[in-house]
Amino acid sequence: MDNAIVATHPHTHETAVAAEHEHIALPQHRHHFETQEQQREAGTFGMWLFLLTEIMFFGGMFFSYLLYRNWYYDAFVVGSNQLSIPLGAANTAILITSGFFMALGVWAAEVRKKGLLVVFLILTTLFGLAFLYIKGIEYHEKWEKHHIPGAHFDVSEFVNPQAHGLHEKPLAPDMAQKTQIFFFLYFAMTGMHALHMIIGIGLLTWLLKRSSRGDFSSGYVAPIENFGLYWHFVDIVWLFLFPLLYLINRHPV
Amino acid sequence: MSATSSTILNLPDQRTATLPKRNYINNEDGLLSWLLTGDHKRIAILYLISITFFFFIGGAFAGLIRLELLTPQGDLMASDTYNKMFSMHGIIMVFLFLVPSVPATLGNFLMPIMLGAKDLAFPKINLLSWYLYWLGGLVVLGALVLGGVDTGWTFTTPLSTHYLNTHVVTAATGVFILGFSSIFTGLNFIVTIHRMRAPGMTWFRMPLFVWSHYAASLLMVLGTPVLAITLTLVALERLAGIGVFDPTKGGDPLLFQHLFWFYSHPAVYIMILPGMGVISEVISTFSRKRVFGYTAVAFSSVAIALFGFFVWAHHMFIMGVSNYSALVFSLLTMLVAVPSAIKTFNWAFTMQKGSITFETPMLYAFGFLGLFTIGGMTGVFLGALGMDIHLTETYFIVAHFHFVMVGGMLMAFLSGVHFWWPKMTGRMYPESISKLAAVTTFIGFNLTFLPQFILGYLGMPRRYHAYPPEFQVLNVLSTAGATVLGVGYMLPLLYLAWSLKYGAIAGNNPWQATGLEWQIQSPPITENFIEIPVMDHEAYDYEWLEHKTAQEVTTVG
Amino acid sequence: MSEFHDPSNVVNPEHAEHHIVTPFVYGMVFVTLLIFTGLTVWAAYIDLGILNPVVALAIACTKAVIVILFFMHVKYQSKLVKLTVMSGFFTFLVLITMTLTDYVSRAWGLW
Repeated sequence: MDNAIVATHPHTHETAVAAEHEHIALPQHRHHFETQEQQREAGTFGMWLFLLTEIMFFGGMFFSYLLYRNWYYDAFVVGSNQLSIPLGAANTAILITSGFFMALGVWAAEVRKKGLLVVFLILTTLFGLAFLYIKGIEYHEKWEKHHIPGAHFDVSEFVNPQAHGLHEKPLAPDMAQKTQIFFFLYFAMTGMHALHMIIGIGLLTWLLKRSSRGDFSSGYVAPIENFGLYWHFVDIVWLFLFPLLYLINRHPV
Repeated sequence: MSATSSTILNLPDQRTATLPKRNYINNEDGLLSWLLTGDHKRIAILYLISITFFFFIGGAFAGLIRLELLTPQGDLMASDTYNKMFSMHGIIMVFLFLVPSVPATLGNFLMPIMLGAKDLAFPKINLLSWYLYWLGGLVVLGALVLGGVDTGWTFTTPLSTHYLNTHVVTAATGVFILGFSSIFTGLNFIVTIHRMRAPGMTWFRMPLFVWSHYAASLLMVLGTPVLAITLTLVALERLAGIGVFDPTKGGDPLLFQHLFWFYSHPAVYIMILPGMGVISEVISTFSRKRVFGYTAVAFSSVAIALFGFFVWAHHMFIMGVSNYSALVFSLLTMLVAVPSAIKTFNWAFTMQKGSITFETPMLYAFGFLGLFTIGGMTGVFLGALGMDIHLTETYFIVAHFHFVMVGGMLMAFLSGVHFWWPKMTGRMYPESISKLAAVTTFIGFNLTFLPQFILGYLGMPRRYHAYPPEFQVLNVLSTAGATVLGVGYMLPLLYLAWSLKYGAIAGNNPWQATGLEWQIQSPPITENFIEIPVMDHEAYDYEWLEHKTAQEVTTVG
Repeated sequence: MSEFHDPSNVVNPEHAEHHIVTPFVYGMVFVTLLIFTGLTVWAAYIDLGILNPVVALAIACTKAVIVILFFMHVKYQSKLVKLTVMSGFFTFLVLITMTLTDYVSRAWGLW
């Protein structure tokens, strides 16, 4: 805010003039905001507050994870070793790529390039779907191995790993039962994350439809920017989930 | 304003007042124009009707509970029915009445006007929050119709996950949805306060009503999601049999309580803080003085919100938390008393040497002051470790939180409704009968809940439908009080409805209050202000108002 | 403040200019994130004892901070948004630390 002197004359100020100009141009301007600028900043701030609630929402599960990981460390280690690092790492890379294209999409909207925006949004969606596909493969494997918590949960692999061709320390039966908690947290956290992805992809389809109409290539970029915030937040959750769930103890005992 | 009369009702402003031809109520016609509205004032009215509906449902349960407790034996209902009664009473009153009561009605109506804005930042989200409120409310009622839920409003595990065969998941879903409604209200308020203030409306010129809503909104946004995830886990535990809270599978039931109270303790501040905001406005207006220690009161709201996140385990002292942790939480709990006392003392000092008048809102505010102080002080008893072990899970705790929630919050809510009724409807409520209602409520309240302190101290446990015969006298007193209280709550419903058609025309500023909301017509126009106001004075500046009124009289006359 | 009208909050300390981040910066961030992902997998296979989870979390936090600052534009946002982000993590830390006071000291028994 070094330009305070300039700012005391809003009409000579660049943004104020632009805002007034856009005030006439843009139908998305809502009546109760005085300027486009005010509306945009309110939207961003509102989105961030919503993300705060998301932090706390996932926070409850992260705390449960922290607690049970310390209580049942051995069970968490063998549970974690059941997860596939190649798939998890690939998914991390895919999600980062998806986020990268989302960021580029925001840029394309800001510089008003409609074609690029559509392309980037499609790429974001495709990588998001790829993530979900791989996640589906992982879930399916857990289903086949009876590692989904509940009545059919099977601990034989953890009580007697040698019989299943694993090089793990065998767990005492009651500790082996605790792997169920690991897998529950795994499913709850990744499932809740995947649910956010699915919601995000739903929103992306809607944004795609609107941006191919040219809604976001004339200076009104708030929906794209705010959705970008959401999408990156979902990325961040995964950035924590990957090391916490997949990489608890991977080095040889 | 030179010759101050004993009542401020007969100001010239009001005698000549007429209802403005165009206002937010008649701006558009038809049911759809209400159901699809983005106008914060209309949404506030929708909320007001909705929460009144749920208040009386919750109140009916309270009535049945007190009726059952009239006699020591369980003769009106079986024990499990009784459990469902108090559970539904709790769930409805907490999530469908207390949490949205002041913020969603008065807050929605007044927040943008007090800040000099045309609307809240996100009108559609505001409307969405009302629909979510109804969706959540209907799901909760659905749980009731399907056969009820008997966990108490706390959904405590493993009771809720393993031992009960009632509609816990349905009720939890309802509360989950209501959480979103509450989050959206809070989010809207925070953005509005940060982004929509009129020129000149600095942080320390905002009315204290706005400050307290700001603090409460922070709690809504940061606390509610933790409740959401906790209830999700409870539902999953019931449906899928996973074991996060199940000790037989290695889970920790106390983890549920930690997460639940991490929301639900701040939630009591979500409930009480907006009420404190109402009281600040009312006491200042009817003492005709600036709130004593404005800054201290403003910051104490934020301090209460902040401390609120550090004290939750005092609900769990006897549940098996470690002694050391209990000690820490007990000490931190004492901290909350400080900002609460700052507020109470500052209200008292505001009245000192003020020209106090005794209109209905002020009577309710007096009720609030006394009852909230008792409720708050007994909270300190309960926060002390040794006392808590004796008193927790008895009627002492029931009396304590009813003093804060009903004696405090409901009094504040009624005070606010009366205070802003002229602004919302353009008409005055009938003064004498409403004073009667205020006094009735106060008497009924004390008769209901003071005996419960004694009952609790003598050791009567909460949540039982039968009790030893020696407790009957006090229970009869309490039930009698509940009847009086019920009358006290029915009266406003009747005369406020009556006043919609027959009340005296209020005029713009019947109380000669200073807030921006009183400087516009009542009921306001849809966009609140004809031109964007410029705030050029401090909040509660009665000299500014006097000057302004004098000028207007000169110009007009 | 009240002499002139400032609807755009131009002089408001809560305001920040709308900054457009270039694709080059995004590209750099993208590459950094991929490198860190490789790093975290590599670090997991080395026995660092108690430091393993610390390293994993440190890398995850670094990645998260990079995403927040650049992809989510917080570096170019107003102080208000920065404060909002921090308050979220602060409240989460309150949840963790205050709950841990119970779990850590539960084994200490009675005094």
